[in-house]
Formats: sequence, structure tokens, C-alpha cells
Amino acid sequence: MARDLSAFAWVLVVLQTAVFVAAAPLFAGWVKRIKCYLQNRRPPPYLQPYRDLRKLLTKEIVLARTASPVFRIAPYVVCGTAVLAAAAIPLLAVELPVSAMADAIVLVGLFALGRFFLALAGLDVGTAFGGMGSSREMMVASLAEPAMLMVVFTWSMVAASTNLSTVISHTLEMELAIRPSLLFALLALLLVGIAETGRIPVDNPATHLELTMIHEAMILEYTGRHLALMELAAQLKLMIYAVLVANLFVPWGIATTLTGGALAAAAAALTAKLAFLGAALAVGETAVAKMRVFRVATFLAVAFTLALVGMLSFVILEASR
Amino acid sequence: MSYLDLPLLEQAILTLAALTLASAFALLAQSRVVATIHVFAVQGFLLAAITVLVALDTGELHLYISAALTLGLKALFIPWLLVRLARQLHILRDWDTVIRPGITLLGAGALVIFCYSVVQPIEQYAAGTTRDAIALSLAVVMLSLLMLVTRRKAVTQVVAFMALENGMFFAAVTATQGMPLVVELGIAFDVLVAAVIFGVFFFHIRESIESLDVDQLNRLSEHEE
Amino acid sequence: MSALFGLAAAESYVAVALTASLASALVSVLANRSSKILRWLAFPLLGIGGLAATAAALAALLGASEFAVELPFGLPWLHWHLRFDPLAGFFLGIIGLVTLAVSAYGPSYVREYDRRPYSRAVLGIATGLFVTGMQLVVLADDTFVFMIAWELMSVASYILVAYEHMESANRRAAFLYLLMAQIGAVLVLLSFGVLAAFAGEFTFTALRAASLPPFWASLAFVLALLGFGIKAGLVPLHVWLPEAHPVAPSYISALMSGVMLKVAIYGFVRFLFDLLGDLHWSWGIVLLFIGSVSALYGVLYALMQHDLKRLLAYHSVENIGIIYIGLGLSVIFFGSDLPALGVLGLIAALYHTLNHALFKSLLFLGAGVIAQRGHERNLEHMGGLIARMPWTALFFLIGCISISGLPPLNGFASEWLTFQAALQAASLESGVLRAVIPVTAAMLALTGALAAACFVKVYGVSFLGQARTRHVRHAREASWNMLAAQALLAALCVAFGVLPTTTVEGLNRVTEALTGVALASATERGWLWLTPVAPDVASYSAPLVSLGVGLALAAWALIYLLLRRRRRTVPVPRRDAWECGFGPLSPRMQYTSTAFAMPIREIFRPLFRIREESVRAMDPKLPTHPLELRYLIHTDDLSAELFYRPVEHQALSASRLAARIQTGHLRHYLAYSFFTLLVLLWLVI
Repeated sequence: MARDLSAFAWVLVVLQTAVFVAAAPLFAGWVKRIKCYLQNRRPPPYLQPYRDLRKLLTKEIVLARTASPVFRIAPYVVCGTAVLAAAAIPLLAVELPVSAMADAIVLVGLFALGRFFLALAGLDVGTAFGGMGSSREMMVASLAEPAMLMVVFTWSMVAASTNLSTVISHTLEMELAIRPSLLFALLALLLVGIAETGRIPVDNPATHLELTMIHEAMILEYTGRHLALMELAAQLKLMIYAVLVANLFVPWGIATTLTGGALAAAAAALTAKLAFLGAALAVGETAVAKMRVFRVATFLAVAFTLALVGMLSFVILEASR
Repeated sequence: MSYLDLPLLEQAILTLAALTLASAFALLAQSRVVATIHVFAVQGFLLAAITVLVALDTGELHLYISAALTLGLKALFIPWLLVRLARQLHILRDWDTVIRPGITLLGAGALVIFCYSVVQPIEQYAAGTTRDAIALSLAVVMLSLLMLVTRRKAVTQVVAFMALENGMFFAAVTATQGMPLVVELGIAFDVLVAAVIFGVFFFHIRESIESLDVDQLNRLSEHEE
Repeated sequence: MSALFGLAAAESYVAVALTASLASALVSVLANRSSKILRWLAFPLLGIGGLAATAAALAALLGASEFAVELPFGLPWLHWHLRFDPLAGFFLGIIGLVTLAVSAYGPSYVREYDRRPYSRAVLGIATGLFVTGMQLVVLADDTFVFMIAWELMSVASYILVAYEHMESANRRAAFLYLLMAQIGAVLVLLSFGVLAAFAGEFTFTALRAASLPPFWASLAFVLALLGFGIKAGLVPLHVWLPEAHPVAPSYISALMSGVMLKVAIYGFVRFLFDLLGDLHWSWGIVLLFIGSVSALYGVLYALMQHDLKRLLAYHSVENIGIIYIGLGLSVIFFGSDLPALGVLGLIAALYHTLNHALFKSLLFLGAGVIAQRGHERNLEHMGGLIARMPWTALFFLIGCISISGLPPLNGFASEWLTFQAALQAASLESGVLRAVIPVTAAMLALTGALAAACFVKVYGVSFLGQARTRHVRHAREASWNMLAAQALLAALCVAFGVLPTTTVEGLNRVTEALTGVALASATERGWLWLTPVAPDVASYSAPLVSLGVGLALAAWALIYLLLRRRRRTVPVPRRDAWECGFGPLSPRMQYTSTAFAMPIREIFRPLFRIREESVRAMDPKLPTHPLELRYLIHTDDLSAELFYRPVEHQALSASRLAARIQTGHLRHYLAYSFFTLLVLLWLVI
């Protein structure tokens, strides 16, 4: 497989990453919008997430007296790893040179790095809220990671690769088949994604003062541009999981050649897929109640079992012939 | 021959088979009585769907009849009967404690791998395109047995017993295109009678020990508590 | 370059390394007269030894120099055989790097003993002999030297564990360590014995040539697994490790955890891949199982600890488990005739061995700084150390990121390779193996995530937040040489993380000499890309990922610098943190390490033996006002209950039975002698 290592491809990499980062607030806003419709509230305008970020960026920073340098560096690392992960995921086109930088396991590692600093920032100020958030975040992450890896394993067995770009090309070239393993992998990835991005029923992104909160508790002390970076990182993470689901399991539409027409078609297809996924998430969040923190372990055990069944059904049904 | 060379119909059968396995996992992890019965009903539907697809694939007419029987009995009638019984006994909203769900699920995963390794030599002899499903059906049987062992409530134990029978039926359909119609009719009738008798038993058990917890049924033990 | 790392050079480096370490032990005899001898002579000599060992390793890995010598020591018919090959060179390098750091760190650390009633000479002699013993183990080329060096290492480290012998807990830990080490040594000796029985000779060359029937090969494997496993700390043979490692002086803990465990790995790799040969895949399953159990068990118990050094010791159990997972995968692939993949597992294991030596030593040195300057080993009493010791905080953070297996540092590179090896399970014939290996890999993922949780706890509770005790509030930064030692290890952690491809190239030499196969595909696309199997199967570019993370840090630095002028006129406002309107925050309101680990403790409760105790004394006048609230929690090792108590019980009852013949009457004893004589006569004639 010859990768196009020309300068043009690298320009496309930068462009694709820019599109990814630019679209992330819009996607988060879209989910919120659908939720507002479902709950009979008037939705904020499409540009509201951008306005919020702009407002935060220009606001003055206030630091807690006990905050250390880790607290100030953390937003940059958290957001930086999210952007890096976004760069490595095929958004509109496959076979871009950057996709070889990080395979699916490195992607999981990048999330873990961001989370490590996020949790440290939660502990840094020394309030009970931050510590509680960090402790719970690390619990959720510890249980989600094996399930996520199992999904990666199933994919890597199906496509004989952990490189996302290769996996997507493999799906595109494969003739139509009903694969039980991928069905379970999809379900497991959805559950893991919900847990990792802190959506209902695991965490509630909309509340600030609830004893069950996880993500919001960790960033409670942040202000100004630090908070903007943290918010952007959370939006990016949501978008990353959505793109993963969309492009891995329904890759059709993604550009295999780097021409304008193909890229435009890819953008249209991706918009449609993400719009559907966002709406589905909003419906799910409206229909389901948040669960107790210690039920999350069971929730993730289900995710792991689904991924395990997926892997086993590949080994038993699809591979041994 | 790779998986992709199979016709779509057979791929669909295998996918449904995998879903049946997943439903067995769900039964194992489900602690609420009413949800357990619902999952059991879903398993019945899946079985019926598999039977229809196998019938389409092989053209065996009697499989349509057993599909209809499965749908009627296992997906609709028995769940309905169980829900009704549970409502009369006021245990519909009860919880049955699942002992260490994480470990149980991991053990179940290990059981599946074990079944797979056991079945491997058989697969070489078995004819038929859906022979891989034998491992899955054996796994469903094993998971149901595990459920029988780990449950306390009589109702969930009955569901586990019925799921066990589902696993047998699943094996019969996928491995040998179903049993002779007479045998199948007989078994279906047996299951039906069993469901009714269990219902009667529930009332008796509760009248005599005022609980449906089978752990209470140890009075015959010589061991002093 | 080539002259510097040529063959003659390698020989002299090895000679210098051995002599300098031995000389360090010898000059320490005088250390009780003046502490300067220890500080200015013994430690620099150790450092020279470490430097020479590192140079020898470079010679082996870059210049592929190999040599064997026969020294005129030992038994008349069996002289000492030493051999230096890439595998020995690699492990000699690990010993050398950590010894080098320790030699820079030690002089400041041992000042502490100026005021305490312990003999400095013993410390210096034992340290020198300990390092010499480890170097000799990896160089040994016959069973005799190997066992002597092994015992030298064990006994010297026993003395170091027992060094602060005034505390009874230390004596008990040391005794437990000695007992386990001796059992291990006997098992190792037996495993060599099985090989020697078929070889007829004791040199490794002869052992290598011997071919064993399957039963005896498996027996030798099991004996070696147990023997080396005790030293390496595999579950359930690990009980001595969390007891013994924390009580030694901190830099000795670094040597023990960072290096001595690696020497055990060396012994096992040498025995299995070199001497035994003919690997059977079922051994790999055993290794894989024990490895994943050790990894998970180690990290779960580490999470429950609040003594920093004990926590780090449990993490050694975890990392040894990860190394054994790599070895297990390697054996499975080699046993299934897939040498290219077997090498991948072996390289992952060796890579992780190197990484663990670096980051674990770094963390122990950091823990030593906290113990010396903050007088604390208990996490629950620390807090806010980043303000008091910023450089140690930085290096410790690098160690934490490395050990948690996060990109782009070295821990991630080796764990990634282990994952890739596990993913290649798809090419195995047996479907059961194909299904089992991913499950163990999922265990590895769980282990990695829990390790990250554990080190968020360690770093957050000790370095961040507010100080919880007076000692910690007034802790001072470490001296420059202690910082230099940590800086060296931290820099190596970064370097081996950012340049995995170059590292794998060096490791290729080792595997090529050991098994005849190298991982050619991993490095074929240049230093920027690591492609263990093939470019489209998996690739990782550590330099690019580091560049990305570096850009994020650069963005922070840029904004920091840009706003500097404005900050001078308008400083960043500092306010109290949000305290729900209940008045000022106190350090006691922070999340403690026990509280942080609570969700995980609850989820994995069946795996622990937890004793909880809460004391609650209420004011008799005002029933809602508590006078005293205390909560104590202990986590006991499950393996003690499952394995050691029964053994202890059996041993005691057996000795009670044997004690029956001790009647105390003189005539009875005479009768025993008489009967023994009769029996012997009957047997002989």
C-alpha cells in the first residue's frame, strides 16, 4: 500500500483536523438542540457553542490559591491529546499519511493521557469535589478500557489490522455480509462511548451541582480560556466517538480518492450520519434516567460481555473454516 | 471456504445464532423477574426466526410448523403464563440476587470457549452448512445450566430450565434441520405441561414455606443449620 | 565509534565494571572511620562500574561483540566460565544504567545514616557485592558460577533489607525474604540439575546441546518457572516482595525492584530460550495465565496501599506480570512454528524489562527524596509537595506517566508491542488459543487502566493539593546530585519512549543471537515509524505523537510568555476554591488515597481481604456532635490466606509430629542411634 506522502496530503491532514475541531462544538450543540425539542424547550441557536467558547476565551482567568502548575498545563494537554486523536481518525478521506501515526491502540492511549491530566487537575486544588470526580472518572475509565480494547480486537481480527484507515478500506472493499461479530462490537462501542464521553446514564453533562457528577466535578475550578479548552476537549471527544461509530461501521461515502467531488460527497455523507447519531443520542438521553454510580460497573460489564461475545462469535462462526 | 462465501441467508442464520447466545448472557445477568421473562420471550422469537430461515434455506416444510410452534409457545404463551403467575404471586417486580455478576459473566465467557473447544472435533464430522452453530447451541445449554445453579428464585429457575430446552431445540434445528415432527410436537407438549405444572407448584411451595426462595428448600438436609 | 565499541573494548569494559563494583565493596571496609569514604570513594567506584557496564552494553548492541573467557577460579576441574553475548550485554546495560543513577543519588542519601546507629561499612560492602553479584549472574556461562553469583546477590540483598535491623518489622521482612530466596535458589539449582543430568556437564555450552525428552523438559520448565518466579515476584510467590523492598534504603529498593527482578527475568529467558530450547506452546499458556494474574493482582493491591514504597513494590509484581505475558505469547508463537511473531513477543517483554527498570528506579528514588526530606512514607500524610520540590515533582510525574503506559513515554511503547503480539493470535491454528489470548489482552488493558488510576492517586495525593502534615509542609528540595540521578532516569524514560524503533533495532541484536530470528519488519520504514508486523497491520509513530504533545505544551509556554508582561502589571487573581459556603477549605477535606481507591475497592471487593474498623464516640450532651471519628482499613494479601497459611499449618503440624520422637530421655536417644546403626548395617551388607 503506497501512502501518498506528498505535501498536498499533509495539507489535507491539517485541513481535515481543522474541520474536525471546527465541527465539534456544532455537533455538541446539535445534540443539545434535539434534546431541547424533545423536552419542549426552545433550543439555542446553532452558533451558541461557538459564542460560549469565544466568551470564555476572552474572559479573565481566576486561579484557586492552592492551584499548582499542573492545573495550568492540564487544559493544554487534555485539549492537545483530543486534537491529536482527532487528527489521526479518518474523517472525510482514508489513506491520509497521518492515519499511520496512531492506530486504534494508540488512540486509546491518547485518551488515557488526556484523562490522566484531567484527573490530576481535579485533585490539584484539593477540594472534595475535584477528588471525587477524579476518583470516579478513573473508575469508569478502568472498566471501559478493556471493553474498548475488545472492540478493537474484534475489528483487528476482521480486518487483520489495527490501523483505522486500513480497517475502513477493508470494509469498503468487502462484499456485503452480515457479521454478528461487528454487530456486537457496535453495541459495545456505543456503550463504551456513552461512558467515556460522560453522557446519560453514566454521567450528566448538563448539571453542575449533583453529587453524581463526574466530569463537571473535575473542571469545577476552571475559568476563562482554561475552561474553554476543557469544554472544547469534551466536545471533541464526543465527536471522535461519533465519527468512530459512523466511519467504522457505516464507512460508505468516505472519500477513497483525494478529489474535490469525492471529498464533498464524503462531507455530505458524514453530516447525514452524524446528524442521525446525534439525534439518536439525544433521544436516548431523554428516555433514560441517570444510574447510580456503582451501577456503572454493571453497565460496563455488559459492554465488555457484548464485546467478548462479538470476539467469540468471530472466532467460532466466522474464522474457523 | 471463508465466511464471506456463504450466502447471505446463512450469514443471517449465524447472526441470529450469535444473538441467541447474547440473549443467554442477558438471562444470566438479568436480576429482575419481569425482565428475565421478557428476555426469555426474546430468545423464543430469535429461535423462531432461526427456524424460519433454516426452513427457507433447506426447504424442509415441517420446520415451518415447528417455527410456528416455537413462536406460539416459547415466545408468546409461556412468557404470558409466567408473567400472569408472577403477578398473581406478587413477585413480578421482585429482584433475584445475581451472585457476583462480573465473575458470573466472565465464567460464562470461559464456558463458551470451553464449549467451542469441546465441539471442535465433532464439527469435522457434522454435515450441514450451519454446523458452527453447534458450539453456540451447546454454549446456550451450558449458560442455562449455569443460570440454574446461580439463581435462588423458583421463577427464574424455571426460566433457566426453559432456556435449557431452547438450547436443545436450537442445536436440533441448526445441526440436523430439526427433529422429526412427532418428536418435536411431543417435546413442545411436554414443555407446555411442564410450564403449567410449575405454575401449580409455585403456589404449593409458597403455601408450605411462605417463600419462593429455593434456598429455603433444605429441610431434608441432615446438616444442622 | 567502532574502535570505542569494538571487541577488545567490550572485554575491558566488562572487566572494569566487575573490578570497580568489587573495589567499591572493598574500600567500604574503612567506611566506619569516615563517612567520606563511602560518599567520595565507594559510590564513585560504583558509578564507574555502572558506566563501564553501560558502555559494554552499547558495544554488544551496536557492535555485536561477543567473547567468552575461562577464569582460573573455582573447582580444579571446573573453572569459571564467563561469556558476554548480546543478551548478557542488554541486561548488563540495565544493571549499569540504574547503578549509575544510584551512585549519583547515594552520597546524599547515606548522610542520613551519619546520625543513626547503623554501620556504614556494612552498607557499602553489601551494596558493592550486590551489584557485583548481579553482574556476574548475567555473565555466567556455567551452572557453578551462576549459582555462586545468584547466592551472592541474594545474601547481599538480604543484608541490605535487614540493614535497619533495629525495627522488628524489618527483621521479619528480611527473614521472609531470605527464606523465599533460598527456596527459589534450590528450585533453580534443581532445574539446572535436570538439564545437567542429560548434558553430563555443567557448562552452558553443554546444557545448550543436551536434548531432553518431553517430560523432563516440562519438569525443568516448571522448576525454572518456580525458582526464577520466586525471585521475580510472580503471584502467588510474591509475598516477600512488598515486605522486603520497602524496608531497605530507598536507593537499594531502586536496585532491588529495578534491577534484581530483571536479573531473575534474565535467568528465566536464558534458561528457557537459550538452554532449554525446543519450546512447547503449552508452556506459553502457563506463562500467559500466571502473567495476567500477576499483572492484575499486583495493580489491584497496589491501589489499596498507602505506603508509597509498598505501593511501588506491588507495582513491580504488576510489571513482572506484563513481562511474563510477553514471554508467554513469545513461547506460544515459537511453539507453533511462527518464529517471526515469537520474536515480537520476546522483544515486547525485553523492552518492558528495560522500561520497568528505568521508571521503577526513578519512582523509588523519588520516594526516597520524599522519605528523606519530608520524613514521610505514608501517602495519607503527604500533599502539596510540588510547591516544595518542583524538580522532583517533574521527574516523578514523568515516572508516573511512564509506568501508567501512556504515550508518548516508554511504558506505552512496550505495552503497545505486547498488544500487537497478542493481536497476532489470529494467525494461530488452534481456535481456542485464538479466543483465549484476546481475553488475556483485555486483562492487560484493565491492568494498564488501573495502573493509570493508581498513579493519578499517588501523584494527586502526594504532590498536588495541600500539605497534610507539618513535616511535609516544610520539606526541602533534594540536593543537586539526587536530582541529577532522577533527571538521568527521566530523560531515558522519554528517550526510549520517543525512539522505540531505534530501541527495537538494538533488541533485534539480542533476539538474533538468542533465537536466530530478528524482527526485520519493525524497523523497515525508518526511525519515524514502528511497524511490528507490516505497515498496514499496525503502525505507531512515537516521534510524531511526541511532536503533537510537545506542540500542546509549546502552546501553553507561548501563551505564558506572551502574557508575561501583562501579568507583571495585573497578576493572575488567586481566590479561594469553592467550598459550598462552609468556610475555608482545610487540608483534611481533600480526597485521601483510601477515598480515591474506594470505588475500585468496592468493585473488586471479593479479591481482597478487607478489615474495616470505625470508632465513633458521640458527645453525651449533644448527640449529634461527634467527639471522635476514626476509620481504619487494612487490606490483607489474599494469597497469604490461600497459599501460605495452609503451608504454614501443614509445616507446623508436621514438625509437631516429628517432635514426638524427642522424648528427652537419654536412653531413647541412644536407642535411636542403635537402631540407625542396625538399619545401616542391614542396608550396606
